[in-house]
Amino acid sequence: MDALKDLADYISEKMEGSLEGYRFDHEELKLFAKADEIKRILNFLRDDKECYFRVLIDITGVDYPEREQRFEVVYNLLSLRHNHRARISVFTDEETPIPSVTDIFSCAGWFEREVWDMYGVLFDGNTDLRRILTDYGFEGHPQRKDFPLTGHVELRYDDELKRVVYEPVELTQEFRNFDTLSPWEGLTDVQLPGDEKGTKPEHGWVSTKQGRTEG
Amino acid sequence: MSAVEKNTVDISEETQIKPYTMNFGPQHPAAHGVLRLVLEMEGEIVERADPHIGLLHRGTEKLIEHKTYTQALPYFDRLDYVAPMNQEHAFALATEKLLGITVPKRGQYIRVLYCELGRILNHILNITTFALDVGALTPALWGFEEREKGMEFYDRVCGARLHANYFRPGGVARDLPAGLLDDMMDWVEGLPKFLNDIESLLTDNRIFKQRTVDIGTVSTEDALDWGFSGPMLRGSNVAWDLRKSQPYDSYEDFDFDIPVGKTGDCYARYLVRMAEMYESIKIMKQAIEKMPDGDCKTNDYKVCPPPRAEMKSSMEAMIHHFKLYTEGYHVPKGETYTAVEAPKGEFGVFLVSDGTNRPYRCRIRAPGFPHLQALDFMSKGHQLADTVSIIGSLDIVFGEIDR
Repeated sequence: MDALKDLADYISEKMEGSLEGYRFDHEELKLFAKADEIKRILNFLRDDKECYFRVLIDITGVDYPEREQRFEVVYNLLSLRHNHRARISVFTDEETPIPSVTDIFSCAGWFEREVWDMYGVLFDGNTDLRRILTDYGFEGHPQRKDFPLTGHVELRYDDELKRVVYEPVELTQEFRNFDTLSPWEGLTDVQLPGDEKGTKPEHGWVSTKQGRTEG
Repeated sequence: MSAVEKNTVDISEETQIKPYTMNFGPQHPAAHGVLRLVLEMEGEIVERADPHIGLLHRGTEKLIEHKTYTQALPYFDRLDYVAPMNQEHAFALATEKLLGITVPKRGQYIRVLYCELGRILNHILNITTFALDVGALTPALWGFEEREKGMEFYDRVCGARLHANYFRPGGVARDLPAGLLDDMMDWVEGLPKFLNDIESLLTDNRIFKQRTVDIGTVSTEDALDWGFSGPMLRGSNVAWDLRKSQPYDSYEDFDFDIPVGKTGDCYARYLVRMAEMYESIKIMKQAIEKMPDGDCKTNDYKVCPPPRAEMKSSMEAMIHHFKLYTEGYHVPKGETYTAVEAPKGEFGVFLVSDGTNRPYRCRIRAPGFPHLQALDFMSKGHQLADTVSIIGSLDIVFGEIDR
């Protein structure tokens, strides 16, 4: 853990100007980078002897529709030599492309294709930015938060036309989104008689048969 | 006479073979599922391989965003359906990390036990079908019998052969039934003999070696560059195993070795998987012998349901049960990337929680995805039949690649 903190300081010192800071989340290092500097950072992280993040484990996206730069693209790196992991995250919107890192890590090609397919994030320099998981001729980007879970089209085999046809989705039962969030969560501050049974004890839960826990 | 002359002319013209495109799959026994491969061929030689994936895409990640954490778990069985519990493990560990709970020792040991069982079942399936792809039928016939016996242990612990839903955040769903460990020990002790039989069919088999040695060779540099993990990386001479380097649950308690292949070809990957099964047997034996007593899941009723007996008499237990199976539990805000050494490689879950009872984002990092991507560079310059060997050695399952 200390080694990872030192590494974070080292990286942010060397990459000053390209990074916007770092954060530790559950003892995992996450670096925030400027989108147009991502190639410089990944090159550094791959080749620098202190870092040596030789494996690009994953590239993925997260959608925050309420933000101006709604897409977060996360690069997940692994260093076999130092046994470290690091995540680098950049932000972008629907129009601004991110530089492709396919010339730094060969395996980035499909990961970028998937982020493009699922979120519609553009990668500048990826020569093969086709859809990857969705159907041929698919429209839209399904992992966006504003894309409905049911999708827009469904397909069936048409016996008269002798081929598969696409039609707008028709649900026999209305789509239900269950609101299970409880409004009673906040009551733990007000302790009514019996409430102490509901609080979480420090060491495990003692059965009410054996005796009451001290709340 | 003239016809013969004409014929000879035609043949000599035809010897100028034009490059052509070939469609392989999506329904082909050697494609191991629904893989469509567009091959650009120069005669018998593959110039370029373009895998078209996604034919089994079910939108798992999107569905999980609409489900509670408890409801999300069964989706992981349906990713790599050859080793379901190893997938559940990654999600359970990620959720536990965000919740900040620890699993009792017995729960951890049961998980290790079943992960290694999953690894053996996975490798049996891969090796035997790989052999089938290159022309050997007997290993598949023998292997599936043994695999079915292993599946019974899945069945006995959770009631299902495949879709277990057994590893839960906080531990495992229920304790092992009486007598299971003894039966498992008997099975595990008989396994080396079975593996020896399979090895005697393949390891020194001339045809098998002709089809695999020096085929699809991947150097260490390339393996890292293409994001390989698991047996694919170890086959290319990298001693890297998350069970050793970043131990989770109780893997640090167990004594086992990491087999490494020297040559990086299909044959080396076969040898690595074969050797890994012997290591898994070692781990399983240790887990059975050292199986601790105690709880198999955390006794925090906000995460794991109370025992059924208690629900009959305790109002509080009843409420906990009801709340858990309707609302679920709230996971504190945060994010984590947690990976396990699944049989196929590094299986990771990138979980983003916004503090509600549903994951905000659940990214599934499947090991087969980058492996299949590398098929193009691995099969370049090889013959078409070698591509089949390479696909077999990749150990791909489309449930996890297409998600």
